[in-house]
Amino acid sequence: MASTTLSSPHLHGPETVSRVMHRVIVALVPAIIGYVWYFGWGVLVNITIACTVALAAEAAMLSLRGRPLGPFLSDGSALVATLLLAIALPPLVPWWIPALGATFAMVFGKHLYGGLGYNPFNPAMVGYVVLLVSFPLEMTTWILPAGFLEHPLGIGDTITYIFAGALPGGLTLDAITMASPLDTMKTGLGMARTVSEISVGPLFGAFGGVAWEVINGLILLGGLWLLWRRVISWHAPVGMLGALFLMSALFHLFAPDTYPGPLFHLASGGAILGAFFIITDPVSGATSPRGRLLFGIGAGLLVYVIRTWGGYPDGVAFAVLLMNMAAPTIDYYTQPRVFGHEG
Amino acid sequence: MTHRLWSFPGGLHLPGHKALSTGTPIRAAAIPRFLILPLQQHIGAPAKPLVAVGDTVDKGQMIAAAEGYVSAPVHASSSGRVVAIEERPIPHPSGLSGPSIVIETDGKERWGKRKPVADYRSLDPSALRNVIRDAGIVGLGGAGFPAYVKLNPGSHTAVETLVLNGAECEPYITCDDMLMRERADEIVAGARIMRHALQARRCVLGVEDNKPEAIAALGEALERLSEREIEVVPVPTRYPTGGEKQLIKVLTGREVPAQGLPIAVGVVCHNVATAASVHRAVERGEPLISRIVTVTGGGVAAPGNREVLIGTPMAELLQESGGPTPAMSKLIMGGPMMGFTVREPGAPVIKTTNCLLAATAAETGERPGPVLPCIRCGECAKACPVSLLPQQLYWHARAKDFDKAQDHKLFDCIECGCCAYVCPSNLPLVQYFRFAKTEIWTQEREKKKADIARERHEFRQARIEREKAERAARMQKKQAEAAAKEGSGTDDKKAAIKAAMERAKAKRAQAGTEPRNTENLTEAQQRQIAEAEARRARAKAENSTEEN
Repeated sequence: MASTTLSSPHLHGPETVSRVMHRVIVALVPAIIGYVWYFGWGVLVNITIACTVALAAEAAMLSLRGRPLGPFLSDGSALVATLLLAIALPPLVPWWIPALGATFAMVFGKHLYGGLGYNPFNPAMVGYVVLLVSFPLEMTTWILPAGFLEHPLGIGDTITYIFAGALPGGLTLDAITMASPLDTMKTGLGMARTVSEISVGPLFGAFGGVAWEVINGLILLGGLWLLWRRVISWHAPVGMLGALFLMSALFHLFAPDTYPGPLFHLASGGAILGAFFIITDPVSGATSPRGRLLFGIGAGLLVYVIRTWGGYPDGVAFAVLLMNMAAPTIDYYTQPRVFGHEG
Repeated sequence: MTHRLWSFPGGLHLPGHKALSTGTPIRAAAIPRFLILPLQQHIGAPAKPLVAVGDTVDKGQMIAAAEGYVSAPVHASSSGRVVAIEERPIPHPSGLSGPSIVIETDGKERWGKRKPVADYRSLDPSALRNVIRDAGIVGLGGAGFPAYVKLNPGSHTAVETLVLNGAECEPYITCDDMLMRERADEIVAGARIMRHALQARRCVLGVEDNKPEAIAALGEALERLSEREIEVVPVPTRYPTGGEKQLIKVLTGREVPAQGLPIAVGVVCHNVATAASVHRAVERGEPLISRIVTVTGGGVAAPGNREVLIGTPMAELLQESGGPTPAMSKLIMGGPMMGFTVREPGAPVIKTTNCLLAATAAETGERPGPVLPCIRCGECAKACPVSLLPQQLYWHARAKDFDKAQDHKLFDCIECGCCAYVCPSNLPLVQYFRFAKTEIWTQEREKKKADIARERHEFRQARIEREKAERAARMQKKQAEAAAKEGSGTDDKKAAIKAAMERAKAKRAQAGTEPRNTENLTEAQQRQIAEAEARRARAKAENSTEEN
């Protein structure tokens, strides 16, 4: 933890890890507002539970590992990972879902590998996948977006449900929830219905799900801001979204009824969040510019493959974890041409 | 005509802090009472003293001669008396001392004999290089490589472009800027001489565009001297444009090959201050005994540029500039990006001292946060002017995985500090890379040593085996011969021996000098004799093998 400069350079720029992390958090704010607008207070409760538990878990792990708490708790990395996990969760889930996910992300996803900078897998996605494979029902049940509910849940109702599992009188969970558009699409296609038949449902908007397309737009906004602030580089997002777009366009072109179009793929599910916020995680991603492009392309292809032929409606988390494994190899083979060396 | 420019990857826009020291003209620094002149102020072999303690020396007199091809002589910066030749603190990152000649000045500034060259064109390039060599001129930009070596293109290589480096890209440093503003004529004159020495087709003078006064002054000088063969080219201000390979890329679009020299792409690069001192050496007969030093930073009350005699103690120079103030937290020789901390302010200004930065804590040193693990954000790779992946290099250097570090082109790192500057985790990346380089050098030296030792050992083993085999063969041959003789000659032999013994006995009896102490010896005495004999035989055998 020495902060004295022993040799040159004797100057340092203004950038710090916590500044980078705080920018990421700021970039997520519009999307969070969008979530609250469409899906109610549950998102905020998820975020609060997840962040509290994650910080507690991180503090516990740091003290077990004999590391100083101050610098590591304040670096903001735990908050970013947990925030991403919490946003990816359905808005109305029992409290132990975000708590468990955050704990798993911090303990197994981050600190057992050595903490900040050493985790080969994206901690948020580790937490998410553990929840998804263990509690598929809770993880795929989404509350209906605003406009579809006669009596939207107030903040008190939401908290009561999350902690006690009780809904206000007369309401059943089935009445206020549904499957996500990606899920609906997958189920529908599985029942031999066509894409156009499925997407006439009231939940489908211009490109994807009604609420999802707006939220994805807000996530995109935050992502573009990160690009503009140079917190992230364009390589990974362009690679991932480009690959997903091309793959879905290609299949859609040949069989529009069995394969939804590229805009549906981009505007539903976690593609935008994944492209700008998840695969741009520097620790678990590739690090050379060309490597990042390849990393993104790989993730985009895997997302399409998993969504189309896999068992889960969305594949972002699995795609990211699979690509995380490939990152070191990608980095090794994508070193830039060094000045003065042949290409 | 606007000159086409190219660019190199990465780099940084750094706050310049240059106005701090450009407000006043260059002033001459006082002559110190003692001048400390280290024998090694350059890259290469240290110079060899030509004077002894007690000698009186003239200003400009050579007091130490160059040793070997890559070396540079040292001259007395002022007249006086040699009072010591001993180890003195020298400005070096290690903080070690080095052999130095100490002169007590007499204040008379009595010049020795100067031999200016009336017309440099009358000298052939090689004679010109000798003049420059004898003047002790080294690269004044910081590295201190003997200038005459870089003015020798070799017999097979044609020099297309002579690049004069006036970029001065490091923050705070303004000595070249002020030199260009005030002494543009000297630079132009020096550039002409260098061009002649190199027979270079053209000469380009690159200056960062944050120095409009310098660019104007040079342009005006070229105009006035109606010099059409030298071109001043403003280059974009971006650290480290002043790096040799970076500036060559910007000005010519050519990439000097890794581990190669600029001459490989037909370019030779010299600093503008080196050019000025070449002019002084050739046309005024003045060796390199002074240089312009920027004294700046919050640690001095009156920052500015001074013409300083080589050998002036840094502490005195600081004092003259109204420092060090209590605010100074460290003294840096060079700029804040590549300079090093001077631990002993009594160390002298040497030929490569371009800047003394008396930095306050606010100006340098204090990092904005704790050192955290690398998060592989890749900012360092974006900033690297050589397109390395410092985040990967760091990983391998830390793990002492030096093969991987070399795979990632560790030795192409120019230690410019861009990576460490931008690192959000505050990692001292350059320190790790220096560490890795040093370790690899050490390992290679050790390996070479071990290889030589192994070869020697194997050679010795082989020789011993060979001799053994030869001995065995000889023995066998003898035995075979003896076996062949046996039977026929045994009786003759016995008879001959007996006869000989008889003869000897008779002889001894005749002389009456029978040795007495060799008979009736004790067992211990016999053993001693046997041992002595064995030792003698062994020694003889060893001597003979050594002769082999």
